[in-house]
Amino acid sequence: MAKVQFIKAADVKPWLAELAKEHRVFAPSYDGEALLFRPFDPAREIVLDRAATMPPKKTVFPQSEQLVDFTYSKDPEDLSRIKIDARETLPSGSTVVFGSRPCDVRGFTMFDRVYLTEKTTDIYYKARRDNTLFITLACASIENTCFCNWVDSDPCDSTGSDVLAIPVSGGYLLETVTDRGGKLLSSKLLVDGESKKEEAEKFCEEVAGALGAARDLSQAPEKLLAVFDNMEFWDEVSAKCLSCGACTYLCPSCYCFNITDETIGMKGKRLRSWDNCMSAQFTMEASGHNPRPTKAHRLKNRVGHKFSYYPAIHGGVTSCCGCGRCIKSCPAGIDIREIVLKAIDFKPAAVEE
Amino acid sequence: MKYQQELKDSIRKALPDLDVVIAWSGGFDPLHATPHFIRREEDIDKLEIGPFSVHNLATYLPGLRGKKVGIVVKGCDSRSVIELLQENLINRDDVTIFGFPCTGVVDQSKIRKALGHTGKVDFCQITSQTVVVGAGGEEHKLRLSKVLADKCFTCQYPNALISDHFVGEKINPSAQSEAGYDDLEAFENMPLAERFAFWQKEMDRCIRCYACRNACPMCVCRDHCLAESRDPHWLSQEDNVRDKWMFQLIHAYHLAGRCTECGECQRACPMDIPLLLLKKKMNKEIKELFQYEAGVDPEATPPLLSFKMEEENIKEREW
Repeated sequence: MAKVQFIKAADVKPWLAELAKEHRVFAPSYDGEALLFRPFDPAREIVLDRAATMPPKKTVFPQSEQLVDFTYSKDPEDLSRIKIDARETLPSGSTVVFGSRPCDVRGFTMFDRVYLTEKTTDIYYKARRDNTLFITLACASIENTCFCNWVDSDPCDSTGSDVLAIPVSGGYLLETVTDRGGKLLSSKLLVDGESKKEEAEKFCEEVAGALGAARDLSQAPEKLLAVFDNMEFWDEVSAKCLSCGACTYLCPSCYCFNITDETIGMKGKRLRSWDNCMSAQFTMEASGHNPRPTKAHRLKNRVGHKFSYYPAIHGGVTSCCGCGRCIKSCPAGIDIREIVLKAIDFKPAAVEE
Repeated sequence: MKYQQELKDSIRKALPDLDVVIAWSGGFDPLHATPHFIRREEDIDKLEIGPFSVHNLATYLPGLRGKKVGIVVKGCDSRSVIELLQENLINRDDVTIFGFPCTGVVDQSKIRKALGHTGKVDFCQITSQTVVVGAGGEEHKLRLSKVLADKCFTCQYPNALISDHFVGEKINPSAQSEAGYDDLEAFENMPLAERFAFWQKEMDRCIRCYACRNACPMCVCRDHCLAESRDPHWLSQEDNVRDKWMFQLIHAYHLAGRCTECGECQRACPMDIPLLLLKKKMNKEIKELFQYEAGVDPEATPPLLSFKMEEENIKEREW
């Protein structure tokens, strides 16, 4: 049986201060009007009653990271001979993310199937993933944009987390999810939480109920393929799309990147930075041909990838965790749920005899 | 909204000659609207106009060139349409403009701030004075004037400046003065080091999603933007303030005398970066130098689209 402990709400900051001695600690606090996972600072208010504007994606998958640094050197005897000295720049140190939501953290499991496979391992991703621990906070507050229960999750889902914190009277019940998570629970500020277990269970039941009935998306993979060539469908659902990257960059399960070299003189660095399939450049080929020339093609890819192509190669798992940020932060108010449901309900016009 | 039915009737009459009419409908919750593309008669019923009609729909016009497009505009949006016409980016014959008297739109960030966190929003009732939001079994009452967009307080053009069909009675601007640059002037009075620190902090959280750029009706390079270009290589893809800020400055410079201050850049920003401040600075300079306001007169030539041997207010020979 997993170890269950309790922490008083007032002890959260002191606990994080303890953890910060050993790890980089991130917690949600406001930067302007945006609620972000920021380095723990005792002077800052930690805001836990609402989902953050951004998921903690950057902690494992930085917006831009250096992969390699390289130096060119010329052979003084033969200047046409150029040597390149290239070195990997691997991240080091360990990180604890506190206050992430189940949907936020579950997103990384979508990354894992791509970056940590039997065939290939992304060493940069692995270095951070292996050394980042998540103390996830079960979701107390359901918003209009929440739909984690449509995609096989729930507000108390601990998938991908190391510790699950559940709000109970006076503080949080802390459940060990992984062994390494258990090691975070050695503080003297924590007490046995056995007596609060029932309350926590009740909490999870209630909050799951608050989500309302889930829509059945089991037909989505097949139905999205059925409308793949129907550009009229995609032109209509993408009409209001602005083709920006807000949905992608705020998405806990979007993992695409671009690689660019920045060179000054004989020295340079190779960068990996976030990229998004809403951008025309994303599929632009060297020949000048673009297989996804319009925003309709691009939005089709985003929806199709999450609800059809990804599940097709990853055991039926939808690559969406239902956090709803793409809906909430879309400047044009595009609702991905609406598009998926439209595809499921789509009936081709009857062919006239 | 008072004139909603009249607007629907007007669109119904015009729709047979148009490929699409762009308006607004209800969004993902009672506090949001969303752009609504009307193609068929039955789409008209969903149309809603009111304080949540925040989006400047003119942004969609250049992308629909060659089609017969109807567009519903607030006064401020109509200025973007005029600017697009002035720059020959859209064809007047292809665009049918529906205007209505706008009494202001909300600023979603202000609502979020005023409401605090409410969780699921169940309903919203708006009168001319108040916004009542129902969430979690509680009612939250806000004064509409507390959550209106800043631009509405200084609005000089509540009625579309150009339209083919105008529903309702034109109203007088409610703005008391041309105080539109008060915030900018306050900012400019800050010491340089503080202004620099302000932008360093604000730009730090930019995620380079370019919602600001894509929501801007006057940002018309679209798929050929220097933000992603390798040749010319203006910007790197690094996550640093220098590159992010550089993009915003390039954007602002290209909008000097073209920006109609619709504020879509700032509204679209998921990180709530106060981008309009940069655009306002450029416009204030343009106003002082050329006595020009963008998107007001379809017959005028924007100053940066013209050339004079001797400028009236730029005495470069005396420098």
